[in-house]
Amino acid sequence: MVGIVSYGAYIPRYRIKVSDIARVWGKDGEHVSQGLRVKEKAVAAIDEDSCTIAVETAKQALGRADIDPRNIGAIFVGSESKPFAVNPSASTVAEAIGAVPNVTGADLEFACKAGTAGMQAVYGMVKSKMIKYGMAIGADTAQGKPNDALEFTAASGGAAFIIGDQNVIAELEDTCSFSTDTPDFWRRAHQEFPEHGGRFTAEPAYYKHVIGAAEMLREKMGFDYDDFDHVVFHQPNGKFPLRAAKKLKIPFEKLSAGYISPVVGNTYSGNVPLALSAVLDIAKPGEKILVVSYGSGAGSDAFSFKVTPNIKKVRKAPFVKDFIEDKVYIDYAIYAKFRKKIKSI
Amino acid sequence: MGENLPLVWRKMPERYRLVGSKCLNCGRIYFPRRKICPHCRRKGKIVDIKMPEKGKIYSFSEVHSAPPGFENELPYFVAIVELQNGIKLFSMLADSPRNKIRIGAPVKMVFRKITENDGKGIIAYGYKFKVL
Repeated sequence: MVGIVSYGAYIPRYRIKVSDIARVWGKDGEHVSQGLRVKEKAVAAIDEDSCTIAVETAKQALGRADIDPRNIGAIFVGSESKPFAVNPSASTVAEAIGAVPNVTGADLEFACKAGTAGMQAVYGMVKSKMIKYGMAIGADTAQGKPNDALEFTAASGGAAFIIGDQNVIAELEDTCSFSTDTPDFWRRAHQEFPEHGGRFTAEPAYYKHVIGAAEMLREKMGFDYDDFDHVVFHQPNGKFPLRAAKKLKIPFEKLSAGYISPVVGNTYSGNVPLALSAVLDIAKPGEKILVVSYGSGAGSDAFSFKVTPNIKKVRKAPFVKDFIEDKVYIDYAIYAKFRKKIKSI
Repeated sequence: MGENLPLVWRKMPERYRLVGSKCLNCGRIYFPRRKICPHCRRKGKIVDIKMPEKGKIYSFSEVHSAPPGFENELPYFVAIVELQNGIKLFSMLADSPRNKIRIGAPVKMVFRKITENDGKGIIAYGYKFKVL
């Protein structure tokens, strides 16, 4: 049995309210917040980046399970906000957790789904007995251009999963991917902020791929959506996952445990990993979890997990809800300093 | 002014994982790492040992005039942290509100950027401590 052996999440302490961002740009904060179904977003501190977030998640994951870091044979860090264009975060994580030198790894980029792409990669490596354990991390300090729609949701956070074939807490029953060349969101080389196709990001992009991947996995495995106790869809905002669930006739109750974007925002590559961590925090043995990520460009990875009794052994704080509740509000000026939106710093 | 690249690289075990030294001859523990035990000299046998990541504030100070590279973080706190094994080290404090910073306050290590070396150089990562 191959699956998740341990997991760790991290959300920075700082929050900015959507209404505060809207006020700066002369917009109706309540209207924007209700439209996106996002109240506030997590903001990394001035001394944090996607690499420090990745390290924190990796340490949380190792701390939950009794795993010698020297047995981790691969580390993949999915992010679209790498602190270096060249120089991997994966090796910094490996050094920080003591997994060096017998370890491979790389930084992955596929917009918001690079974290789940890493999960598929290490799943394959573990299943083929190439490595004993592999670590897949999704971490971002997502950037939204000032006065752009993305600025209301682009947030910071991430989660790490250790995949292995011993003491599995959630069996990875099957996975598949639905990918096409659909350029709905991009950031050109040397550009600071991403661009996007506005409404084009919805029907031909998010919905087509998320629903396409879910249906592809359903046909492959022959399940019914009622078979799942929890469902996690990528949450670029609070609205899209609800509509995707409605299209597939999945009730909100199945989304609720991992529905975090209204109070965290979209942590990009860390979004689905964080939401899955929130589900694992409360999932019971025997429960099934359907996970579908989405990355612009575009693709979705779908997974079916079955929780095992081992989940109880790794149920140790801090939980995702602890990070959500441990918050300090900042105003737009401090946010602009922390995220270096002030050009002189 | 940026940190010297070989220095950043050499300090990684200490800064990333709080690796110190222990003399197997006398049992003394050192942080930062040492190549020889100053007590046992050539009789000593130094090995790496990981420090605990939790401790308490032994003393602290609030910084209002920063060295180059730290100006944008002002004001910030630095502290002498006494780890659970009694070792004391100097560190910046992160994410710690002023009203929670006091002598004896429990702290734990977090992994943060220390300096970005003018935005072009290597980023020096390492430990800071956060009040629990």
